[in-house]
Amino acid sequence: MSPSPIALAIDASGIARRFGVTWVLRGIDLRVAGGEVVGLLGANGTGKSTFLRIVGTLLRPHAGTVRVCGHDVVKDADSVRELVAYMAHAPGLYDNLTARENLRFAAAMLDRRDKEVDAVLERVGLIDVGNETVRAFSSGMQRRLAIGRLLLARPRLLLLDEPYSNLDQSGIELMNAVISDHADAGGAAVVVVHEIAPAAEVLDRTVTITEGRIAGQADDDHERTLIPVAASDR
Amino acid sequence: MSLQRDWRRARAIAWKDLTAERRSKAGFNAVTSLAITILVLFGFALGPDTRAVRDAAPGVIWLAALFAGVLAFNRSYQSELDGGALEQLVLYPGSRKAIYAGKLLANFVFVALMLAVVIVAGIILFQVVIPSEWPSLLAIILFGTIGLVTLGTFYAAMSSRSRAREVLLPLLLFPMLVPVLLAAMEATKSLLGGNMMGDAGAWARLLIVFDVVFLAATFLAFEAVIEV
Amino acid sequence: MTTSAPPIAGAIVAPRTSRWPIFGWFAFLFLIASQVTAILISPPDRDMGHLEKILYVHVPAAWMTMLAPLTVLFFGLRYLWQRREQDDLLAAAAAEVAAAFAGLTVILGMIWARPTWGVWWTWDARTTSTLVLFFILAGYLALRALIDDPDRRAQWSAVVGILGAINVPIVYMSVRWWRTIHQIQSSPSTVDPAYVIGLRLNAFAFLFLMIYFIRRRYEAALMERAAEHAARALALGVSGVANR
Repeated sequence: MSPSPIALAIDASGIARRFGVTWVLRGIDLRVAGGEVVGLLGANGTGKSTFLRIVGTLLRPHAGTVRVCGHDVVKDADSVRELVAYMAHAPGLYDNLTARENLRFAAAMLDRRDKEVDAVLERVGLIDVGNETVRAFSSGMQRRLAIGRLLLARPRLLLLDEPYSNLDQSGIELMNAVISDHADAGGAAVVVVHEIAPAAEVLDRTVTITEGRIAGQADDDHERTLIPVAASDR
Repeated sequence: MSLQRDWRRARAIAWKDLTAERRSKAGFNAVTSLAITILVLFGFALGPDTRAVRDAAPGVIWLAALFAGVLAFNRSYQSELDGGALEQLVLYPGSRKAIYAGKLLANFVFVALMLAVVIVAGIILFQVVIPSEWPSLLAIILFGTIGLVTLGTFYAAMSSRSRAREVLLPLLLFPMLVPVLLAAMEATKSLLGGNMMGDAGAWARLLIVFDVVFLAATFLAFEAVIEV
Repeated sequence: MTTSAPPIAGAIVAPRTSRWPIFGWFAFLFLIASQVTAILISPPDRDMGHLEKILYVHVPAAWMTMLAPLTVLFFGLRYLWQRREQDDLLAAAAAEVAAAFAGLTVILGMIWARPTWGVWWTWDARTTSTLVLFFILAGYLALRALIDDPDRRAQWSAVVGILGAINVPIVYMSVRWWRTIHQIQSSPSTVDPAYVIGLRLNAFAFLFLMIYFIRRRYEAALMERAAEHAARALALGVSGVANR
């Protein structure tokens, strides 16, 4: 039962990307439907983050196409950016501004109302430090603020790169709650993790990338299905 | 509606840049001090004869603004580069032209304030006589600043993200600024000298044309620079 | 689902040079012939004497220096339109050759000016804007040298090249206006008919030479890129460079 193409949050085929002369991604096909949460696993440097950034319109693919909710990420990047929110490994906040000011800036850029900022601060547990500059924040608090920015964005597709790093247990619970709420509302998510543990309860399936290609998939029960890589392909 | 939204975004970026700059404290003071130091050094180079120094004043003041401005332009992208915020900035929906407009606005305020201080210092150091047409002079300074800030902000979007940014920005920027600087300096010189030939108006008009051309060209090109 | 090594869009293929070396010989021989012809048939100038012979190199070089930014402009625009790496490499080759011609023009201009007017530099519109053009090109080449990512390098170069090319006539106009305002004598621009043939011949000679230089520089760049691709493909054990 394959989802109808229009419902696909991500429809990627043959995605390849090189940096200089090294091919980091060597042909990735992936389909993610609305409501699905997919985990991307793999060792460092195998291209997980690169793939995420291509879907998020930060990088152009050198081969293949990706459609997000029907919009091509290269030809129709503006529409894709309206639908997607990306959390990078680096929090991407302004050190000299307060938490509240950071979110109000994000609200202005996302065309959301200022009034939403306080509710978001409340939700991510930073309402008490709203007026402190981000410079004074721990990395866990910065990650929470970045989660707040995702909440403001209200995207159809969440792209999260190592979102659990620097989070304590309550932070992990917050992240998972945000992801589940998002999926329950019909949104899709792709989460890059280097270990399944913190994300286990929210992931619907995992995909493993090795040397730029998809090497394995696992469903809900985390039964690994290895996809054979023919010797002639290497 | 979309224009309103872009204007809100441009304002947010300008506010963010200026606030971050204000809180960092060091930036504006350092840049302005540098500009005045440059004035003083030029004074040593050209003086102490009052006449020589007064004649050179318009050129020297613009050059001091230029050299110090180079620092300011690279700095204006610093807050994005430090925490990886540039990626987030580029990912927000909507037109990237709004990002450029916001940065232009913030840099314009910064450089205009710096120039105000430098001009006062220049008037004192070089014994400049303020002409009766000082409103026209202000207009020239305004348009010259617009040209300077436009090209500076644009090229700094590239240099700030490259190696050897302190060398790259001047190398890219100065040849491009020749028309704007020439027009601004000549118009200023002419007005301060009593506008004998009546050419100040012609230079001023040229300056405005340059501003329009470079503003249009850089607005069109900014997306290609910021997205990659 | 796995796939084999992806085809490279617009793959860089090592160029097969066939007719270009012949063209190169033709260009060089034509240049020698033009120079000799011009030197032999033109009488010494009333004021400059035999110094005017230098104009047969200086003036065509100057004309080529004007042409080359147009090449950078054209291929820069084409790169932004289609994003083919070849267009970027061609624009870069043109910029390098243009920088060399600009440098040559300025130096020869100085050598000509010194005996003629007694000074090395006169801030006249043409030489000054050629000097500014030289620095615009130097900035373009410095930018390329300082960026490692090929996509960013190509895209930024295209933008910088286009804006730089647009600026050249603006600079020229400004400097000319500047000199007019200050009522400086402009350098003589009318050329005695006796010299026109020599200049025209050499203009074509320099044009052929410039095209040849750009082509060779472009080929060198293509070979570099193709070699890099092939070496990496070999190392990864992946099927090699695909042709598109």
